[in-house]
Amino acid sequence: MLINEFLILGAVLFCIGVYGVIARKNAVLVLMSIELILNSVNINLLAFDRLHGTNDGSVFALYIIAVAAAEVGVGLAMVLLIFRNRRTISLDDLSEMKG
Amino acid sequence: MGWFLEHAWLIPVIPGVAFVLIILFGKRMPRGGSEIGIASMLAALVLAAGAAYQWVNRVESSSEEVAPALTRWEWFRIGELKVSIGAHIDGLAVVMLLLVAFISTLVQIYSTEYVRGDRRYTHYFASITLFSAGMLTMVLAPNMVQLLLGWEIMGLCSFMLIGHWWEERANSEAALKAFWTVRVGDMGLLVGIAMLLGIFHTLEIGEINELALAGDFESKNLLMWAAVALFIACIGKSGQFPLHTWLPDAMAGPTPVSSLLHSSTMVVGGVFLVARLYPVFHIGLDMNIAGQRFNLVAVIGGITVLIAAGLAFVQNDIKKVLAYSTVSQLGYMMMGLGVGAWTAAVFHIFTHAFFKCCLFLSAGSVAHTGSHHSFDMKKDMGGLRKRMPITFAAWIVSTAALCGIPFVSGFFSKDEIIDSAKYNDYKVFYIVGIVGAFMTAAYMTRATYLTFFGKPRGAAEHFAHELEHDGETSRDSSWQITVPLIILGVLALVSGYLNAAPFKWHFFEDWTESSIGLPFGDGGAFAVPHPPEFSWATAAPGLALVAAGFGVSLYLCRAVFGGETSPLRGLTTRNPVLGAGHRFLVNKYYLDALYEKVIVRGIAHPISKAAYWTNQNIIDAVVNAVGKTGRRTGELVYKYIDQGLVDGAVNGSGTTARGAGGALQPVQSGKVNMYGALLFGAAAVGGLVLVLVNT
Amino acid sequence: MLFAAATIASDIEVAQTIGFGIIAALMVAGALNVVLSKNVVHAALSLVMVMAGAAAQYLLLAAEFVAVTQVLVYIGAVMVLFLFGVMLTRAKLGKDTDLNNHRGWALGLPISVLMLGVMVYVLVDGFDDTRIAGSGAGKIGSSANVLLSDRIYSTYVLPFWALSFVLLAAVIGAIVLARKD
Repeated sequence: MLINEFLILGAVLFCIGVYGVIARKNAVLVLMSIELILNSVNINLLAFDRLHGTNDGSVFALYIIAVAAAEVGVGLAMVLLIFRNRRTISLDDLSEMKG
Repeated sequence: MGWFLEHAWLIPVIPGVAFVLIILFGKRMPRGGSEIGIASMLAALVLAAGAAYQWVNRVESSSEEVAPALTRWEWFRIGELKVSIGAHIDGLAVVMLLLVAFISTLVQIYSTEYVRGDRRYTHYFASITLFSAGMLTMVLAPNMVQLLLGWEIMGLCSFMLIGHWWEERANSEAALKAFWTVRVGDMGLLVGIAMLLGIFHTLEIGEINELALAGDFESKNLLMWAAVALFIACIGKSGQFPLHTWLPDAMAGPTPVSSLLHSSTMVVGGVFLVARLYPVFHIGLDMNIAGQRFNLVAVIGGITVLIAAGLAFVQNDIKKVLAYSTVSQLGYMMMGLGVGAWTAAVFHIFTHAFFKCCLFLSAGSVAHTGSHHSFDMKKDMGGLRKRMPITFAAWIVSTAALCGIPFVSGFFSKDEIIDSAKYNDYKVFYIVGIVGAFMTAAYMTRATYLTFFGKPRGAAEHFAHELEHDGETSRDSSWQITVPLIILGVLALVSGYLNAAPFKWHFFEDWTESSIGLPFGDGGAFAVPHPPEFSWATAAPGLALVAAGFGVSLYLCRAVFGGETSPLRGLTTRNPVLGAGHRFLVNKYYLDALYEKVIVRGIAHPISKAAYWTNQNIIDAVVNAVGKTGRRTGELVYKYIDQGLVDGAVNGSGTTARGAGGALQPVQSGKVNMYGALLFGAAAVGGLVLVLVNT
Repeated sequence: MLFAAATIASDIEVAQTIGFGIIAALMVAGALNVVLSKNVVHAALSLVMVMAGAAAQYLLLAAEFVAVTQVLVYIGAVMVLFLFGVMLTRAKLGKDTDLNNHRGWALGLPISVLMLGVMVYVLVDGFDDTRIAGSGAGKIGSSANVLLSDRIYSTYVLPFWALSFVLLAAVIGAIVLARKD
């Protein structure tokens, strides 16, 4: 198999994830798009792993999965907190950083 | 060379210096500057007399051709052409110098009484002194440039003096007319000088004459045209037909001016020019070539003789009669030069100066004393014969000389011209000469009769009453006037004896022979004929006509102007043909009308209109346009540069800053998506740049 | 797994390529649904599909441990967490029109397309015909896992410990943040 198959798949997923980050208003959906990005990175790592016959990539991918889990936990906790306070998780309304 | 010959250049310099002195100091001097003028003229006269004496010695003491006495300094240089300044003294120059200095002295003495109390006494003397300086410069000029200088100074002084009483419009117009008419001729002088330079490659008169005689020129045709061009100048200056119209009008000036400039000295400048450059004219116009019957100089001279004499008949102003007489006599001189009678013509200049000056001064004396400053013969003169005896005597002697009465000076000179015309095969001009003599006698008789005979009229009547009242039988003018008259009268009588052909006295001829520049008689191709032998038989027809003129005129005068009624009185008003002829003469052959209305207006009017149009539409338009442009530019600068550009830049920078801020503000939207977009966008662009740089 | 175990020694490895292709298509479709769907729950479930597909891809790449971990952690825990989050934030069930930024596509599309273009160009330029080594090159079997654990606990043990602290902090933090007091 061509290495490019996996790599391009990873690139496509990455870009779709980027689009989602930019285009989605719902905070949870943005977090989901970030997950897409992380997954595409994982595919990349493992593809290179296979190419070079090492297994450092696998280690790295495992660690990314762990971090992603941690991040989603904290992120969703924050989203819940915001929802409790503001009754909305539309990023349009959460623009205190404006100006 | 003798001292006087070597220092002859002082002769014009002294009056020149005197002119400057009169201008600077004249008003402060007790006699208003006339002392300086008369003193300078006397000095010039003494020097001229000395030069004449030494020249005569020079001629008498050598047996061959006498070379002229040249004193020259280099004046300026153009390329290879050297123009000198100095004196060229030969017989002709000596004659003219003596003449000008002498007549100027007498006229200045006369003027002290005549223009006494005048509003511009000092300037009058300054101008008249400058004139003498100018003419003296011209007559001893060794080259054409100095001749031109003197010529132009004379023209300027003529203008100033004719217009001496310029407050009256007629006088200033006359001065302008004189100046412009002579100017037209001066074009010819400039062209002629240029042509002479082109033909002979020198402007020295002596050299030109020698080269012309030696045949050292390429084209005879060109020489002829040079002679024609120069002659045009002579036509203007010497009042020949068709540029004679200015001379009678020049009588608007004071009488001494008329007697000095416009009868004896300045107007003979043209004749002098022809005489000076005689080889150029003689060879160029083929004079005296076997079979020639007419040439330009003689023809113009001949026409002038007749038409001026005709016009003298219908003048009421005594000075105008004399003016036309001058024109006519100048015609004689030109005619004489034209038929090859050089000596006779130059001698006529000499004698004519004396008797014409005397006639003018007599007329001035009459006006000054007898007719309350009026010159109108018909209205204000008459019967002055016994009441102004000295003036009358001078007048009669001079009239006799003018008419050519035997043994008076004019006879010897005028008759020689007429004789030469006949002798040199110019028959037509012989006829012209004797007819002219007839007419001269006739009109002078008329003038004499009207002025001195008959019953006193107008102002003369007043004068007669005054005399009766004061118990005097006669009262003449003061000595300043009468002494010059007497001197001139005597000279009018005796000056002719210098070259009296009947007595075979040829002093004048001998002394001036070398100035002709051409050999005499059968001396080769370009020879001037010997003056003819005098015989009473050949002179008889002329003399008969003079007597006839005298008689006819006296008869007519007594009939028309005398006390009795006569069928001839008022003939011109009754008879239409005679009336038309009379009107033709009174209107001066309509030449004045032609010149002024047709030629001058035709040229000057469109030019002045064009100049005015140019001034209004082009020059003013340019000025206005510049002004408008300036204003528009100012407006534009204000509107676009100041308001638009400068203010705009200032405002624009503010607006840009605000706009940039406004544009960049959405970046700080507080929206996470936006920040994410920025992040990924920057990363994308960065990646692109990296890729591009590394490929 | 079945496909990975197949030992068809061929250069092109047709079966694996086809397998890859199908899974990749499903993954891309799922990803697109995540970002474009108007239903939050659908988006979440599409994400599950993407992750499952990813796990399958890991198997094709002979990384079975990672594939399993992916399924267990990502799909089992993270996605459940997501769904709880969707529930707790009262996401509208059914079509929700208020999910996208107004004209968000105008900003997002150019950036993502640009990025995709750059990456694809670089990849094609760089790894034109590079092939992955044939399957079964010494990594199948339990020895792969032994090698992996060797790696984790020797070369990368420090990150392992750091990671445990991260997880600890995350757990405590999440509890602190989310508790109602």
